[in-house]
Parts: sequence; structure tokens; C-alpha cells
Amino acid sequence: MLYRSPSYKLFTICNYILLGLVSLLCILPVVHVFAVSLSSRAAATANIVNFWPVGWTTDAYAQTLANAHFLRALYIGVERTVLGTAISITLVLLAAYSLSKSDRYFAGRTAYAWFFVIPMLFGGGLIPTYLVVKDTGLLNSIWALVIPGAVNAYLLILMLNFFRTVPVELEEAALIDGAGHFTTLFRIYLPVSMAGIATISLFEMVGHWNSWFDGMIYLKSTNDYPLATFLQSIIAKEDFNLAGIRGEDVANISSRTVKASQIFIGALPIMAVYPFLQKYFVKGIVLGSVKG
Amino acid sequence: MRETGIPTVPAPSVTRTRSGRFVSYCRRTWPLHLLLLPAFLITLTYQYFPMLGAVIAFKDYKPWLGIWGSDWVGLEQFRYLFSFPDIKQIMWNTIVIAVQKQILSIVVPVLFALLLNEVSRAAFKKTVQTLVYLPHFLSWVILGGIFVDVLSVQGGIVNRFIGMFGADPIFFLGSNHWFRPTIILTDIWKEFGFAAIVFLSALTSVNPNLYEASEIDGANRWKQAVHITLPAIMPILVVVSTLALGRILNAGFDQIYNLYNPLVYQTGDIIDTFVYRVGLEGGQFSFGTAVGLLKSIIGFALIVTCYRILYKVADYRIF
Repeated sequence: MLYRSPSYKLFTICNYILLGLVSLLCILPVVHVFAVSLSSRAAATANIVNFWPVGWTTDAYAQTLANAHFLRALYIGVERTVLGTAISITLVLLAAYSLSKSDRYFAGRTAYAWFFVIPMLFGGGLIPTYLVVKDTGLLNSIWALVIPGAVNAYLLILMLNFFRTVPVELEEAALIDGAGHFTTLFRIYLPVSMAGIATISLFEMVGHWNSWFDGMIYLKSTNDYPLATFLQSIIAKEDFNLAGIRGEDVANISSRTVKASQIFIGALPIMAVYPFLQKYFVKGIVLGSVKG
Repeated sequence: MRETGIPTVPAPSVTRTRSGRFVSYCRRTWPLHLLLLPAFLITLTYQYFPMLGAVIAFKDYKPWLGIWGSDWVGLEQFRYLFSFPDIKQIMWNTIVIAVQKQILSIVVPVLFALLLNEVSRAAFKKTVQTLVYLPHFLSWVILGGIFVDVLSVQGGIVNRFIGMFGADPIFFLGSNHWFRPTIILTDIWKEFGFAAIVFLSALTSVNPNLYEASEIDGANRWKQAVHITLPAIMPILVVVSTLALGRILNAGFDQIYNLYNPLVYQTGDIIDTFVYRVGLEGGQFSFGTAVGLLKSIIGFALIVTCYRILYKVADYRIF
């Protein structure tokens, strides 16, 4: 072991303590809301809940999960995430394969690439996009949430850079065996790019699960809202009917625990998924940022 | 640019003509065009058509007349914008919030990455990373709900904590004095961990021999940090900072929309929330589009400028 000065040892101790506190700070708000969701209404109203439930009860969850409106929003949220991710990943993989070819082999590649990148830099804006979605007949259907944003240029670039790291020899071997572009893509590129595909799928899934604004502007009926939009409407508007509490009850119960349970259910899928995919997204971002 | 695996076969003499070459190009690359077609069509429809639709910024759009049937009004919408009494304040809010966010969103992740890099226990490092990435993946709807609860002036946990030191409760989301700092800090809280990834990966690629060599030459940890670690992350730091310049009009619609209220419009209303309220909710489609277009053009100019600077200084290309 190399010699470490006393001041460096002191720094190390402080550093561990500081980083530990910073990490705690990142999850404590979530822990607090979780604790509130499992506390009794009285305890929540009296503001005595910290990071551990007071007066343990699952009433708030029972109430939330008995709320047909919430369950419907949950179902639409899942549906939208699955459908949207499937469509988006398919489009991105197909396009990224073509764009990963060299300009000399595939003349027009750079023109295509710019075609996809320009919308990252410049857009028509909220209202003209709304008008196009309306004119293409997607308004008030789930397709309005999955089609307009299906081609994510950022993920496309990430994936095409990933495809560029596929060894040329693999492709050459396939070619000699008589494989065409489709075979090369499905039998060579996709199997060796699973880390990249996992990365972009994670981003796409999280993006869809979290998207609330498109639901708010493209869907007229609150019955069609995906979970994120539904949560936004109850949090922002304090709409007690939506939160599943009957009007006459509002006066004597706190919706705080119910709201906390809904927030926690909304956050749960993401908290369950991201730690497992962490190694892929870190690797994916690093690989994706390799210059072409 | 790497070579593809396609072996170059000497072309037969018949394909040397112009049309012959085109035929062979098509025969070779039609699957590539076909694979691009679905993404092309969707991008064309939902990204490029709205750019054409943005002409309503120069019209008086009436839904029953359609985009092309509505009357031209030239720059009337822009004149109307600058006649708004609040517009200067809104522009100022946008820039003040965005600039502070962009600066801190570089400084904090760099500091965090440097500190984390000094940690030698892999398990501790991994745990810290997992925990600090979490907020990035949660939406502002969820976090908005959480912060409204946590920062509540009536017994929110933060105010109870402050109260332990005898201070008066602070109305974080309802006072014009506290709203901006709250917005900036909560945004940094959400993003610093994830933003540190690029810096951490730059740090892990530093050759450990450099540290050993410098140690033999008598450098302490501080000197090592200044002379080895910092130069190692400089290239990525330049790229990230320059790209941040392009975002100085993005103060964060999702966050502010989910946290603000009429009490703090004075310090918290930004261009994007204004466009949404007046343009879409208020039904002034042409006006909303005009403001959005103005912001888009300025943003585009900023990004192009930054990109050119990067290309010259750091030889950076996005694809």
C-alpha cells in the first residue's frame, strides 16, 4: 500500500460521509412519500411521519387499487409503454442499421442522417404539431401517444454508433456465406448489440411511462389518460373526484396518504427496473458517445 | 469512417455508364432505403409538416378556415407579443433560471465525479451511483407531487427540519423570493448524478501509471487532481459546456408547469409555460406559434453557433 498522508486520510473519511449523505438526499424524498402512503390518515394530517410509517396501514393502497379510474389509467400507461417501445425500437433499429453504413457504400447516408438530426435542432412547435396530429386523425386515440414521437433521433444516433462497433469481420463472414442486408441485420447485428438495444429500450420505456404532456393535449376524455397524465391531473388540479374520494368525505379525511400511494405506484416500475439495467445504460452511453 | 464488409468487386464494363451505375447502386442499396422508409415517413409527417404549419405564426389562424385559408397578418403576432406588459419579465425569468441551471448542471456533476473517483471501495461507489441516478428517471409529475408534499409550508418535512433550528417555515413554492432557488436546486438534485456519468467514464479511462509516476515525482493527491485528473476530463467538459450554451432558453417546462402556481408567476413564469397558457389553453393558436417559433429560431442559432465552435475547437461531431 502506498503511503497516505494524514490529511488525505481525513479527506477520505469526510468524502465517504459527504457522498453517503448526498446519496441519502437523493432517495429520502421518495422514502418519505412511501412512509406517508403507509401511515394512518391521522398521522399524515398531524405531520408526524418522517421516514418510517406511523400507524401502519395499507388503507391508502386499498383505496387506490379499488379506484376503477386509477386502474384504467394504470392499464393505459402499461399499454402505451409496451406499444410505444415496441414500435419505436423497431423503427430505430431498422434505420440505425442503414445509417451505420459508410457514405462511400451507401451514398445518401449523410443526407438521411441530417434529415433525422435537424428536428433535434429545430421544430415547428407545440401548436403546429398538435394540428398535424389532429389532421392525421390520431387525436383521442392511443396512437397519438406512440406514433408522433416514435423516431427518437437521440436514440437513433446512440444505436448507430453502437452498430459501428460491430466488428467488420463478422459482417464480411456473413457476406461470404451469402447473407443479404436483412439477414446481416437480424442474424449478426442484433444478437451482438443486445447491450445497446437494452439501453435504448430502457430510455424509451422510461420516456413513455413518464410522458404526461401529450396525453393532456391529445386526449379529450380523462378516461383515456395514461397513468402519468392521470397523476398530473390529480396532483396539479387537486381533483378529489379523480383521486377516488367521494365529495362528502373530503372534509374529514386527508387525501394525502392516497395521493402518496398513487405517486409511489407511479414511481414503482421505474425504481424496479433501472438498477438492473444500470450497467447497460452506463456502457451504452459511453459506447454511444464514441465518435464516428 | 469505417469500411463496410462489402468486398469491392471490379465492375463489369457494361455498368460503367451513368444509368448503369445508378442501377447497380439501387440493386446494392435498395434494402437500406427500405429499412429507413418507416422512420423517414414518420419523421416527415410529425417533424417536418409542423415546420410548414408554423406559417400560422404569420397568419390569423381560425380553425374553421384551416392553415392555408386563414388571413396573412405578417408580423402582427410578434408585435402583439412585445406589447404584452409581462413579456420582459417572462424572458428574464427564462434566462435567469436557465443560465443558473446550466452552470450548476456542469459544476455539481464535475465535483461529484471528482469526489466519487477518490472512492476506492467498489461496493460503496456502486451503491452511491445507483442511488443518485434514481431521480433522473422519475418524471416531474411524480417529483412535483413529492416536492409539493415535502416542501409544504404547513408541516412539510423540510420545514419541520428547519423548524428544529427555530427558523420560521419557508413557503418554498409560493413565495417569489424562494421559488427560483427551489426550482434550480430541485433540478440539480434530479440531474447531477446522471450528468456525472460522462465525467466518470472519462476519469476511469485515465492511465493509472500517470498517478504512480507522479507519486514518485512527489506529487500529492491535490496536485494529481489538478495536473492529471482535471486535464483528463477537459475535452468532455468543453463539449458539455458548449452544448449547455445552446439551452439557455430552456428553463424546463415540465418542472415549472408541475411546481408553479399563480402566486409565483412573477418570478417563475417562463416562455414555455406562457405559450402553453396563452396559446393552447387560451386558444390563441397563431400567437402561441409565433412565440414558440421565435424561441425555436433563437435556440437553433445558439446550437448552430455552439456546434461550429466545438467543431473548430474540439473537432467534435455528433454523428
